[in-house]
Amino acid sequence: MAALNFHFDIDGEDFSSAGEASVEMKKKLRQLGFPSDVIRRCSIAMYEGEINMVIHANGGSADVAVYPDKIVIVLEDHGPGIPDVELAMQEGYSTSTEQIRNMGFGAGMGLPNMKRYTESLEIETQVGVGTKLTMVVAV
Amino acid sequence: MTDDFLHSVSLDADKCIGCTSCLRRCPTEAIRIRNGHAVIRTSFCIDCGRCVRVCQHKAKKAVFDKLSDIDPKYKLRIALPAPALYGQFDGLTDIGCLLESLLELGFDDVYEVARAAEIISECTRRYMRKPNIPRPVISSACPAIVRLIRLRFPELCENVLPILPPVEYASRIAKAKALKTHPELSKDEICTVFISPCPAKRSYAKNGLSQTKSSIDYVVSVSEVYMKLSGKVKAPHPGMMRSRAGIAGVKWASSGGEAEGLFDDRYLAADDMDNAIQVLDAIETNKFPHLEFVELNACPGGCVGGAATVENPYIAKARLMSFRHGLPHNRNYLDVRDQGPDYVPPDALLDAPINDYVPAYSLSEDRFEAMRLMMRIEELHAQLPQIDCGSCGAPTCRAFAEDLVKGEAKLEDCVVLLRQRLRKQEEGGAAQ
Repeated sequence: MAALNFHFDIDGEDFSSAGEASVEMKKKLRQLGFPSDVIRRCSIAMYEGEINMVIHANGGSADVAVYPDKIVIVLEDHGPGIPDVELAMQEGYSTSTEQIRNMGFGAGMGLPNMKRYTESLEIETQVGVGTKLTMVVAV
Repeated sequence: MTDDFLHSVSLDADKCIGCTSCLRRCPTEAIRIRNGHAVIRTSFCIDCGRCVRVCQHKAKKAVFDKLSDIDPKYKLRIALPAPALYGQFDGLTDIGCLLESLLELGFDDVYEVARAAEIISECTRRYMRKPNIPRPVISSACPAIVRLIRLRFPELCENVLPILPPVEYASRIAKAKALKTHPELSKDEICTVFISPCPAKRSYAKNGLSQTKSSIDYVVSVSEVYMKLSGKVKAPHPGMMRSRAGIAGVKWASSGGEAEGLFDDRYLAADDMDNAIQVLDAIETNKFPHLEFVELNACPGGCVGGAATVENPYIAKARLMSFRHGLPHNRNYLDVRDQGPDYVPPDALLDAPINDYVPAYSLSEDRFEAMRLMMRIEELHAQLPQIDCGSCGAPTCRAFAEDLVKGEAKLEDCVVLLRQRLRKQEEGGAAQ
């Protein structure tokens, strides 16, 4: 069966709307009748990605392809890129500013959570060009 | 969703003119306008009462028992006043005056829900000491919120506090006490009558909470009792009935009151449906890892904002706070000596934890079919004007697309598309 595709633009200017795409996606997955743990894992992974794009990359886009047996989330931005992916994958490591941390973000759990809640996380990044994350959640 | 669920929000079709006030404000999109009248889809309705509050034509009604409905077979009628009732009366200085006035309405005894609330707070504090419970713990007191969680937030069902709502505990305690003090009476001769600020609590009493059955026999509205007692509340006099609740229990009537009773500031208290939904979405996404307790109320301001109250919720709250000076903080305690600090007496627990997710939003039980339907919904939605005007009878263009796919609406119901088509025809006609 062909995938159901959804596209979301993530606005980098607006902190208050950060997370809206993952809430929207959660509603759709619920309508599609996916098990609740699948829905939860998708929405956490996608939420973390959305927040990352707002904090670090001035926004980007999210493309979600829903298959009967898996959900593929592709997050793409034209931000600064990740210089050291291995370091960024460590829990608690963050390059967020003090101001961002004061807002309750930037705890250094974004990428580790995305890895934890998905079956696979693929990172393509180039400093000064942007980052593309591909996550797969199996059903 | 079970069809035998007894709802407490109904429609007077004669008064409904099919405007879109309730349609747009229903938090679960349970309303459609069909043939010029609002229709409630019962499987989505959580009895929050918001449509009752927003209807300018008084067509949406909260359904309650009437005081006159109480069966004469009951020899002992116990009133269970919600603390929100205390905030309705202008000039009331002593809660005891109001409680004694309830006896004039035909009640034989009164057990304040605020008393039970204090004990439930103590049970909750004990429960929160348990090490391995799902956190944050979400209050079980507002039945509209619990129903919302069961419909829309299946992963959070296990976070719901597995302890009875105060009104249920009040009813069970009052009955047990009455059987002891009146050994001549049988169980069937004693009834409890909850004086409720909202229809959701009446639905709770009739349907239970998930698998917990209610012992409450009747639910009358705060507004009925207000109408009967307004101007007739007794003046303070010696020997009159006294309130036996503290301010901690009374505070449950407004948003934040329950959470404050836990003596732990790692809580979140939100009121009104839109806020509650946003908070639940955020919790489901793990947004607040350090939160211990979440108190959510469907009504603005908390129970004082219920659809069956009379007074503005904030005025009612200010009145409740004015009682503070005459009341001790807490007057009701558990008797649990020789028990551990996280012991919760079994009689305060829900009959079963909330664990039954109701997938009312699912398009189809078959995932392939659900995906096929959603593909069609997305296609249709893209053709619609996306202005969410409500003229078609659905709250949003998206909901309309879903109705189309389910065969519950026709594309001609969209007046914007219809107008476009007419205009094209006219242009076509003029060109000829």
